[in-house]
Amino acid sequence: MILENIISIFILNYLRKNRDLTADFAKWEKLLRIGIGIGVALIFLEVTHLLPGFLLTVLTIALFVALSYLVYRVPGFSKGKSFVYAVLPYFIITSAGQLIQNLAPDFFGKIDTYFETAEFFAFIWAISVWWTGRKQKKALDAERLKALEKEKEFQMSQALKAQLEIQVAERTAALTRQKEELETTLSELKAAQSQLIQAEKMASLGELTAGIAHEIQNPLNFVNNFSEVSNELIEEIEEERSKKQEARDEELIDEILKDIKENLGKIAHHGKRADGIVKGMLQHSRTGSGQKELTDVNELADEFLRLSYHGLRAKDKSFNADFKMDFDASLPKVNIVSQDIGRVLLNLINNAFYACGNSEYRIKNPELKPTVTVSTKKLGKKIQITVSDNGPGIPEDIKEKIFQPFFTTKPTGQGTGLGLSLSYDIVKAHGGELNVESAAGRGTHFVITLPTGH
Amino acid sequence: MKILIVDDEKDVEMLFRQKFRKETRTENLELVFAFSGAEALEILEESDPPNVVYVFSDINMPGMTGLELLEKIKDRFPQINVSMISAYGDSDNYNKAIKSGAKEFFTKPIDFESLKEEIRNLMKT
Repeated sequence: MILENIISIFILNYLRKNRDLTADFAKWEKLLRIGIGIGVALIFLEVTHLLPGFLLTVLTIALFVALSYLVYRVPGFSKGKSFVYAVLPYFIITSAGQLIQNLAPDFFGKIDTYFETAEFFAFIWAISVWWTGRKQKKALDAERLKALEKEKEFQMSQALKAQLEIQVAERTAALTRQKEELETTLSELKAAQSQLIQAEKMASLGELTAGIAHEIQNPLNFVNNFSEVSNELIEEIEEERSKKQEARDEELIDEILKDIKENLGKIAHHGKRADGIVKGMLQHSRTGSGQKELTDVNELADEFLRLSYHGLRAKDKSFNADFKMDFDASLPKVNIVSQDIGRVLLNLINNAFYACGNSEYRIKNPELKPTVTVSTKKLGKKIQITVSDNGPGIPEDIKEKIFQPFFTTKPTGQGTGLGLSLSYDIVKAHGGELNVESAAGRGTHFVITLPTGH
Repeated sequence: MKILIVDDEKDVEMLFRQKFRKETRTENLELVFAFSGAEALEILEESDPPNVVYVFSDINMPGMTGLELLEKIKDRFPQINVSMISAYGDSDNYNKAIKSGAKEFFTKPIDFESLKEEIRNLMKT
């Protein structure tokens, strides 16, 4: 029974080394050592033949049974199960054989070969169980390794994810901050833009002031003069009527009365003219969106052409230019915000006068008669207003920039660079188009096309 | 005696004709009108020598200004008197006009009394 005891010792030692227990292992350690001690003692006793064979066999079986009990019942020792499982048949067969040999040696002699055969198969069983167990264990280990690796990968990806999340949060915060900054800047720019538009409006109104003063002064002079002269005419009539019937010149009285009537018509006409100018000026300076109304574009163009001319004349003594009007009498009234289109006309006309009427250009081209022409034309369901000058024209490389905000060819401080840009926006807002035809040395034509709205 | 009045405002003609009604009827005064510098020169060139003796011109006119007209008249017909009538009575315009040979400088609104006085003085001589 030496082999059986060696197996028991081996299993006990295995349990001792591959324990799952942690807390109260000291107790089990002691027990396992005792078991090993008993196993060693049994081998010693067997070798020295100090104990009878039967007792030895029983003790050996007792040791194995105790060990098996431990393995099956104590959860911490379950690792030894496969060993017990492998050697159990062999153990049973040899133990049974030993017992029978000790109790009934004759009978044993008869069945000896069966036991040998059984022993052989039990041995084979033990080997194969051990073999498969080893293989399974290897596969399990590989699995475990894989699982470990996966776990590692998972943890790494988790760490990466966390890092990414932090980065994303940081970037999001930065972007949000930038967005807020941009929004603030945008609203500031919008405020600045509306201020600029207002400033531009006021600047063009300022340019107009002299023109307006002149344009109002002229009709007022006529109002004053015609009422004065009418007064004189009435005095003349009274003088004539104070004469005797025969000396009276009735023809003269009739003529004077006719003149007075005409004068009153003139007073009314010039009064209305001044009134229209003041209304136009008020409309021009008014802020906010104006209402669209049916407007006589010929009248509007006439008004702003005169205002522009007199404004520039008053501002710059060296300026001079002629202007012409070529209005289509069949032009229908169009539905527009008259103060806005008025601004467009004023901008274009001012530019045109500036282009051909400035002293520098006139000195260079003394034979040329600087002329600004404003013409209107009916084109089916559209009308066209053209502002032309015979100035130097716009070079090709500048032409594409002229509608850009803040683009100006005037010296710093003289132009806002917003006039044409705003004009373009105004015409677009009316569903129309603002085009320029120009070539260096051939003058410039700005063409406004507007839908009649009928 | 022929007097030429130059102004781009057409109603000036009616006003002047009424103001000088008596003078044109009873005295030897004839008024002619031009509504631009170019037209004024045409009228002056109609007869040689021109029968216009006095020109009153507005300064602020499209095309040829009154000051340009003044220079041209003084250049071609130095014997003709030219006076300016302007809404802009600033020293700049005044100095230029006088330097170019303008006889008088009247500001708008026109004081017809002084204008009549001026014409009367001329007719006496």
